[in-house]
Amino acid sequence: MESIGLIMLIYVFVLAIFVGFELITKVPPTLHTPLMSGSNAISGITIVGAILSAGLEEFTISTILGLIAMIFATINVVGGFLVTDRMLKMFKKK
Amino acid sequence: MNILIEVSYLIASVLFIFGIKRLSSPKTARQGNFLAALGMFIAIIVTLFDQHVLTFEWIIIGFIIGGVIGVLMAYKTPMTGMPQMVGLLNGFGGGASLLVALSEYYKMKNFTTWTFNDATNITIVLSLIIGAVTFTGSLIAFGKLQGIVTGKVVKYPGQHPLNVLLFVSLIVAGVFFVINPTMEILIISIALVSLILGVLLVLPIGGADMPVAISLLNSYSGLAASATGFVLQNNQLIIAGALVGASGIILTIIMCKGMNRSLLNVVMGGWESAGSSGPAAQSSSSPKGQVKSIDAEELAMIFDAAENIIIVPGYGMAVAQAQHAVRDLVNLLESKGKKVRFAIHPVAGRMPGHMNVLLAEAQISYDKMLSMEEINDDFPNTDISLIIGANDVVNPAARNDKNSPIYGMPILNVDYSKTVIMNKRSMNAGYAGIDNELFFYPNTLMYFGDAKDAVAKLTQELKNL
Repeated sequence: MESIGLIMLIYVFVLAIFVGFELITKVPPTLHTPLMSGSNAISGITIVGAILSAGLEEFTISTILGLIAMIFATINVVGGFLVTDRMLKMFKKK
Repeated sequence: MNILIEVSYLIASVLFIFGIKRLSSPKTARQGNFLAALGMFIAIIVTLFDQHVLTFEWIIIGFIIGGVIGVLMAYKTPMTGMPQMVGLLNGFGGGASLLVALSEYYKMKNFTTWTFNDATNITIVLSLIIGAVTFTGSLIAFGKLQGIVTGKVVKYPGQHPLNVLLFVSLIVAGVFFVINPTMEILIISIALVSLILGVLLVLPIGGADMPVAISLLNSYSGLAASATGFVLQNNQLIIAGALVGASGIILTIIMCKGMNRSLLNVVMGGWESAGSSGPAAQSSSSPKGQVKSIDAEELAMIFDAAENIIIVPGYGMAVAQAQHAVRDLVNLLESKGKKVRFAIHPVAGRMPGHMNVLLAEAQISYDKMLSMEEINDDFPNTDISLIIGANDVVNPAARNDKNSPIYGMPILNVDYSKTVIMNKRSMNAGYAGIDNELFFYPNTLMYFGDAKDAVAKLTQELKNL
């Protein structure tokens, strides 16, 4: 990785942090638990890295690590989104 | 093909942002969660078309195993178990980052097509450290919330020096690794020490401080994903991770303010001021006086005469699973024409928004759940404040007693209402280990009993009137 590439990645990171702050300060306290589980599911985006590791052509230690990462990240993604939906379904106004 | 993948990642990132934006109202929140899930789906599908992905069997096996576990967890966990579940999910996110970083390391070591350079090495170290700390830290948090690991504040001599020592050794090992990345022992040591550090950072934290710990670990899980994004040079991971990181930090700040603690105090794993019963127990200045207790029958008459009622739920309501009993009480009171609302302290329960989820589960309308800022000025016009399983968050010592460990913590001003009904199992002190002077106030009535039974009994007596 060239250092200019690294700088570009840092740019993206910093700007995304600002977007995150702007968005999340608007979430009301009532929804803080679903916000956590939902954002949790989003952090399961590591699944992309897990796919890249588990899908190598040759079977090496990287593949094994990738497989376990794949399991972890899938639990995170599937469990996170489903449980968030289950919670949000309950929030009703009479 | 590559440009298509990149564009799809961009679309997925935008969907994440829209998804979180829609979470700003309970009306659109469900749709928001769906948009975020759609973004994730797109990201996963396009990654399968990446030129480096050549075999699919391990991906499919991993997806099936993880998917089944995820579905079971999502549908089998009771609502009272949400803090544990979120804690565990944080851990899996962190663990995945740790493993992906390790896997990338071995790719570079074993394949000549990948090469080491300083920037990549630094990102690998960061991803390992954050991922590992999140992983074990979250497992300990899960254990504490589930009751497997002690929920008490754990203290041992040399706690802080040890943490600092481990942290410094991580930095030193990290620097050596960047200089000499082929030394496998360094990367293994960094991972192991980080795993230990995760345990040590969360172990000292007491149960009622869990909202802070869970929020912070939530933030770490996001930052871990971002760090992995730096390793893979993948903007999608960086953006998604940063959004989650920001979310966790904001919640952490809200929780810290709710307890009047500094973020540094939390990050250092200190948690010293609250939870340690040491100096607090000897607060002899606490007013001992007459405690008035009341039974269900008399209480029903007081409720019958009241117009304006505020219910303050706390962790005790979750422990007793009393939310459905509370709903029945609320419905009955409303059918008698009374105004009933809920006042929810930011740190009530074991995670941000814990009480709201339980009340929503009991089909209580979300517009009746008010935050501390929204409702705190209404207490003087309130006939009855009914406190169910909360203690420290209504302790007036936070306002009056400069020597109290919780002095300065924002509290719900229940003592300003005409009558305070305190439902508790016993006279025991709350989490902070300090007496609650509210018990001895002239307008306070103690209503002893398990929250669920006590509320049900009150509802029954009200019906019999």
